[in-house]
Amino acid sequence: MITRRLIVAGAVALAVTPAFAQEKLPVVATFSILGDLVKNVGGERISLTTLVGPDGDAHVYSATPSDAKNVAGAKAIITNGLGFEGWLNRLIKASNAKAPVVAATRGVKVRKAAGGHSHGHSHDDMDPHAWQSVENAKIYVTNIRDALSAADPAGRAEYETNAKAYLEKLDALDKEIRTAVAAISAARRKVITSHDAFAYFKAAYGVDFIAPQGVSTESEASARDVAQIIRQIKAQKVPAVFLENISDPRLVKRIADETGAKVGGTLYSDALSDEKGPAGTYIDMMRHNLRQFAEALSS
Amino acid sequence: MLYDLLIAPFVEFEFMRRALVGMLALSFGAAPIGVFLMLRRMSLTGDAMAHAILPGAALGFLVAGFDLFAMTLGGIAAGFAVAIGAGVVARATELKEDASLAAFYLVSLALGVLIVSMRGSNIDLLHVLFGSVLALDDATLVLIASFATVTLFVLAVAWRPLVLECVDPGFLRSVSRAGAPAHIAFLALVVLNLVGGFHALGTLLSVGIMMLPAIAARFWATDLTRMIVISVVVAFVSGYGGLLVSYHFAAPSGPAIILVAGAIYIVSLVFGPVGGLRRRFAPGRHLEA
Repeated sequence: MITRRLIVAGAVALAVTPAFAQEKLPVVATFSILGDLVKNVGGERISLTTLVGPDGDAHVYSATPSDAKNVAGAKAIITNGLGFEGWLNRLIKASNAKAPVVAATRGVKVRKAAGGHSHGHSHDDMDPHAWQSVENAKIYVTNIRDALSAADPAGRAEYETNAKAYLEKLDALDKEIRTAVAAISAARRKVITSHDAFAYFKAAYGVDFIAPQGVSTESEASARDVAQIIRQIKAQKVPAVFLENISDPRLVKRIADETGAKVGGTLYSDALSDEKGPAGTYIDMMRHNLRQFAEALSS
Repeated sequence: MLYDLLIAPFVEFEFMRRALVGMLALSFGAAPIGVFLMLRRMSLTGDAMAHAILPGAALGFLVAGFDLFAMTLGGIAAGFAVAIGAGVVARATELKEDASLAAFYLVSLALGVLIVSMRGSNIDLLHVLFGSVLALDDATLVLIASFATVTLFVLAVAWRPLVLECVDPGFLRSVSRAGAPAHIAFLALVVLNLVGGFHALGTLLSVGIMMLPAIAARFWATDLTRMIVISVVVAFVSGYGGLLVSYHFAAPSGPAIILVAGAIYIVSLVFGPVGGLRRRFAPGRHLEA
């Protein structure tokens, strides 16, 4: 008897608890970087679901049933836009979501994507990696603030306070990046990298990103890859290289010895690392990348 | 044209020259050992020992990362442990030596993969398994070259007992007590060369540069000395050819080297004058009795 009563009590409690949690505004953000910005604006008032988590590739994501459920129950769906989440429309249709879909990049000065895009689907020639400039991230934050306020008018004051505090942090970050880049002599502000996500960073802060030529970065480095990289470093006098597939520290050292260039560490461009990693938040990610550039480019 | 194809890559890039020197040193050490392994019907023993090196090298990696000294020491220790362990088990129990070697190396392989994964990523594991012939620094080159030197020296000193053990171990035992020490020295050389090769080609492929040239040489000579010379040449040509293939066709360098050695083996198998397929099935007129 006692156990049955306990079970009933437990069932009642279970039925009640979610209703309690419903008081938080259910919000969906599409990927980890955006999720971090939304979290900073929404604070305690929202319960956030991030579809593509840390270290996940939002380009090649495929939705799960639980994602569809979250999207269906959301009161606001925040996206990057600019064709970054090509899979999202299908997900919204399939889950029958009613919430407004807000593109956080609305109002951003859009750049054209570099030719020969490698992600295998069309971005309509728009480069979606706008968050790599802090100025743009500030636009994201105001868009997020407005979207949350529209979905939850009662929380407007709190969202505005949160956004204001976070925008100040972003201003400080922007200054920090400009100071650090200014400390690098102008001739040395260029790196070879296979990441194609830094066009906005380049436009905002004046560090040049050169794509490695004739190098396959998808597989283990071959003798030709290493030779091409060495040739390009020498020809263009590039002080630093960031390549995903050259991770063997012995090979990194060999290239460095042979060219005098530095081979930099991991960059985070499309996703955050997990919380323990070096790029757990947007601000940490930008700082981490900046530190990598500064270390590799300072003579 | 020919210059661009065959020589220019080595003139232009230091890492190519270093890789070539590393392969030259490896050829001098590993190929003769491979010939002895083959003649003693221990071809698969080399394979088993190569896997046995992995957990030792992995332990070194666990302690110190990609540190030459730690990984070499760990590899040598593990190689000896397995060689001696398999021998002891074979003598003390009913189990034959090949069975105990198989048991030891399977355990070692699994252990090695586990240890590397504890510290590094899958990528690190690939680097340990397949080496980095394109990234040989001074210390590694000196290490490989000194292993080759030691190998040639020991082979010169222990030549007679080693050869006798290949052809008639019973006779050797009846006339001399040099058999056991020669055997142990030989096993030590196998381990040493596998560890040297491991730095360039990784644990999985280092045995390839040891065995494939030796087996290919078998089709070209009956005389032991000539066989060894041919195996060294084949090993070096494989290294040179493999590096060129990797350079011109953007192929991963370690597998390219071993595949060139494999191609030479197949050509030898078909055209080799000593027991090759063509000789056997389409003998030339001059061979008729």
